[in-house]
Amino acid sequence: MSELHNGNGHGALSLVPKTDVRQTAKDFKTDQEVRWCPGCGDYAILAAVQSFLPELGLRRENICFVSGIGCSSRFPYYMNTYGFHSIHGRAPAIATGLAASRPDLSVWVVTGDGDALSIGGNHLIHALRRNINLKILLFNNRIYGLTKGQYSPTSEVGKITKSTPMGSLDAPFNPISLAIGAEGTFVARTIDSDRKHLQSVLRAAAQHNGTALVEIYQNCNIFNDGAFDPLKDPEVRDDVTIRLEHGQPIVFGADGGKALRRSGFGAFEVVNVADVDPSEIVVHDAHHPDPSLAFALSRLDSPAFEHTPIGIFRQVERPSYDEQMRAQLDEAVTGQGPGDLAALLASGDTWRIDG
Amino acid sequence: MTKQVQQLDRVIIRFAGDSGDGMQLTGDRFTQETASFGNDLSTLPNFPAEIRAPAGTLPGVSSFQLHFADHDILTPGDAPNVLVAMNPAALKANIGDLPRGGDLIVNTDEFTKRNLAKVGYATNPVEDGSLAEYRVHALPLTSMTVGALTDFDISKKDAERAKNMFALGLLSWLYHRPTEGTLAFLERKFARKPDIMKANIAAFQAGWNYGETTEAFSVQYEIKPAVQPAGLYRNITGNVALSYGLVAAGVRSGLPVFLGSYPITPASDILHELSKHKRFGVRTFQAEDEIAAIGAALGASFGGSLGVTTTSGPGIALKSETIGLAVSTELPLLVIDVQRAGPSTGLPTKTEQADLLQVMYGRNGEAPVPIIAPQSPSDCFDAALEAARIAVKYRTPVVLLSDGYLANGSEPWRIPDVDSLPTIDPDFAAPGQEGFQPFKRDPETLARPWAVPGTAGLEHRIGGLEKADGSGNISYDPTNHDTMTRLRQAKIDGIANDIAPLTVDDPSGQARVLVLGWGCTYGSIAAAVRRVRSAGGHIAQAHLRHLNPFPANLGQVLRSYDKVVVPEINLGQLALLLRGKYLVDVIGYNRMRGLPFKAEELAGVIQDVIDSE
Repeated sequence: MSELHNGNGHGALSLVPKTDVRQTAKDFKTDQEVRWCPGCGDYAILAAVQSFLPELGLRRENICFVSGIGCSSRFPYYMNTYGFHSIHGRAPAIATGLAASRPDLSVWVVTGDGDALSIGGNHLIHALRRNINLKILLFNNRIYGLTKGQYSPTSEVGKITKSTPMGSLDAPFNPISLAIGAEGTFVARTIDSDRKHLQSVLRAAAQHNGTALVEIYQNCNIFNDGAFDPLKDPEVRDDVTIRLEHGQPIVFGADGGKALRRSGFGAFEVVNVADVDPSEIVVHDAHHPDPSLAFALSRLDSPAFEHTPIGIFRQVERPSYDEQMRAQLDEAVTGQGPGDLAALLASGDTWRIDG
Repeated sequence: MTKQVQQLDRVIIRFAGDSGDGMQLTGDRFTQETASFGNDLSTLPNFPAEIRAPAGTLPGVSSFQLHFADHDILTPGDAPNVLVAMNPAALKANIGDLPRGGDLIVNTDEFTKRNLAKVGYATNPVEDGSLAEYRVHALPLTSMTVGALTDFDISKKDAERAKNMFALGLLSWLYHRPTEGTLAFLERKFARKPDIMKANIAAFQAGWNYGETTEAFSVQYEIKPAVQPAGLYRNITGNVALSYGLVAAGVRSGLPVFLGSYPITPASDILHELSKHKRFGVRTFQAEDEIAAIGAALGASFGGSLGVTTTSGPGIALKSETIGLAVSTELPLLVIDVQRAGPSTGLPTKTEQADLLQVMYGRNGEAPVPIIAPQSPSDCFDAALEAARIAVKYRTPVVLLSDGYLANGSEPWRIPDVDSLPTIDPDFAAPGQEGFQPFKRDPETLARPWAVPGTAGLEHRIGGLEKADGSGNISYDPTNHDTMTRLRQAKIDGIANDIAPLTVDDPSGQARVLVLGWGCTYGSIAAAVRRVRSAGGHIAQAHLRHLNPFPANLGQVLRSYDKVVVPEINLGQLALLLRGKYLVDVIGYNRMRGLPFKAEELAGVIQDVIDSE
């Protein structure tokens, strides 16, 4: 199994055929009318994905988008690739069968907070622990859009919605914490409105060998408008957004005046750069084998967005499920020779009756 | 001493003991010996769902019944001629099935006060005369085994555990079984534990020698090999035959097999078996749940694999939504339901035929699915190939309804010539078509093209939303939905023209009553029919392999008889479908006991209907 890990060319896309034809965003658009509500954050994500894919240089027919049910899950209809709009919550399961059997495909899952974390929570965590080659884009708008405005598993406690007129009672999931806890090897967060950041995260995710989870904060302007305003408002966003970059000290704030320092119990605390010795400032290490650091970073979120990390929390190497499955098949053929059906049927104790 | 040898034409033996006594292994070995000797045979393993129920209790009793003969037989037998009871619980649970005068071998070492009390025997039945109507062979099997193994360097516990091999040796002697297979088996099984291997072989031989020398058995029996068609044979269970059928379907179609499965009794052995055949390119994926299992299988089908999922009734309930998606997206998919007694968890290790209506109708919307049922353990091989043929040709999920009896039961199987197996053409859509329409149908089969990712120029999107006829684009058009609903139904209905017509067995040509079955009841019904005919009765028999669509001539067959009897191990599910479709008032016979029908019982039912004419 070790050759899987240190060999060359075993990355996520090494077996996906490339094209010599120059592609543009237009090549990835379909003739189908996009039917999201005007002003929906999904438009920005769609445009960002369509304009990012050409740089991978993959043959279009070897890209596949699989989705569940929900507003975000209409995504595949608008991508001129192969696509499968499936069942509520089940996209990771369906995509698992596809990715496990077709190493020559780049398989993407498009899902939402209800689809991925509520009805499909089980499939999401198992895809992450298996580390199968799926790139999961989780559009998190913290609300149910398609069913017209009920609270979601990422809605803040006390959310007043159609189904919770006196406020929601259940504590929300933090998708990043959940993914890290589920043994995710690539866990990142980005924002619909920041195309440059979004595409930089997609770039890294596409190349990752195994499951990549990308949480995308996405505005639902109909049922939960302004949910992420502090991270978008030019007046305050730099003060509250922590942009994670591997190998860089974690410094943020409009003037770079704030930083993270280790505190008790393995957590982080926000400090003023001026008040601390530079050696105390945490340097982001997304590649660290111990997920505690990434987990601690994910816990900095708060409903009031006082300081919210975006970027790649965790990015570690672990053999993917699909390549290991392939290796077992190859090993079986190498060890025992290719299957011989006649020999299989006649295996075990047999006897002959002569005519 | 020389013993008298008596010729028999058939024998039914039941081995019964505690779950930990190795009765399934003993039965299996005796079966292999019997198979290699050339008798026809049929087996019925019967075991509790609990892995190790408290030792010596009634819930912990495990048994294995074997029917073997010098002629072709159809069932594991109604009642044993010989009962081997390894403890009081096994005796109590099984003695009711042993006819008066039957042979009873009991292991007296286990008939202790404590063990007797555990199952409510106030006195020892071996000694109190209550077994007087049987031919009792009261033998201290455990202590004889331990006595035979005193020279071996093994623990007393290991020595005691070899008592099943002593019993097997004794029975092998009693019925003239060849022993080479069992000796070779023990050498393989315990290759890494030479002491245990030698002890088990010694126990087996001690049992044989005991039979030869003791005066407890004065007669040895001989059952001549059965006359069977020429060929190479092996013994096979339904689950193994089904697994081989799936491997064969992969080979004959050129499609890689992808099994998505979640462990569930009695289907898990298919997952175990297929996981051994990776060199055929078979991928097995143990999913996180039933839904993920079928989801992954469907995803693999989308990618051009032969997607398969295996489960039992409770799993089908969870998979329903994905079966519906496969109907809507019109992708090939095999859904194997190894039925067990329900509802809910029911009786996980016992058999039933009560999932027919679930797989026929258990989905939202109009979602027709072809249904196929094997009729014997070895027939699971052919049924799997047929299911794959239909799934691939018609781009549809197909349900294969096996059950616990077929899954674990076994019979001799004449190994087919690989070249004689049907070929399956995936007929993938060719690349580079201008204006490709993923839902433009073949005018004859109504099947849509199977365009797999990686095929240039055929990029398209499918899903569970209604699609426009032809283009496959999302469509809310009222007329289009009506058209598509009818097209999906017509596609499945049309398969009736692509399957063999129902054949009726009526040798005298004078029958006015037809007995019609499906699935695992074939053996019981056929054995019952033989009884009725040998008593002079006229009865026609037919058995359905295809339950949806039905063979095109079924209505005509039903109307050709005055009365139609439909025995089912459910409350009349096929009967309901027949009445609904053909307006024929069939007579149901329904028992749900977790076990196959007895031939004698069905013969009585059939005779009563004939007599009422």
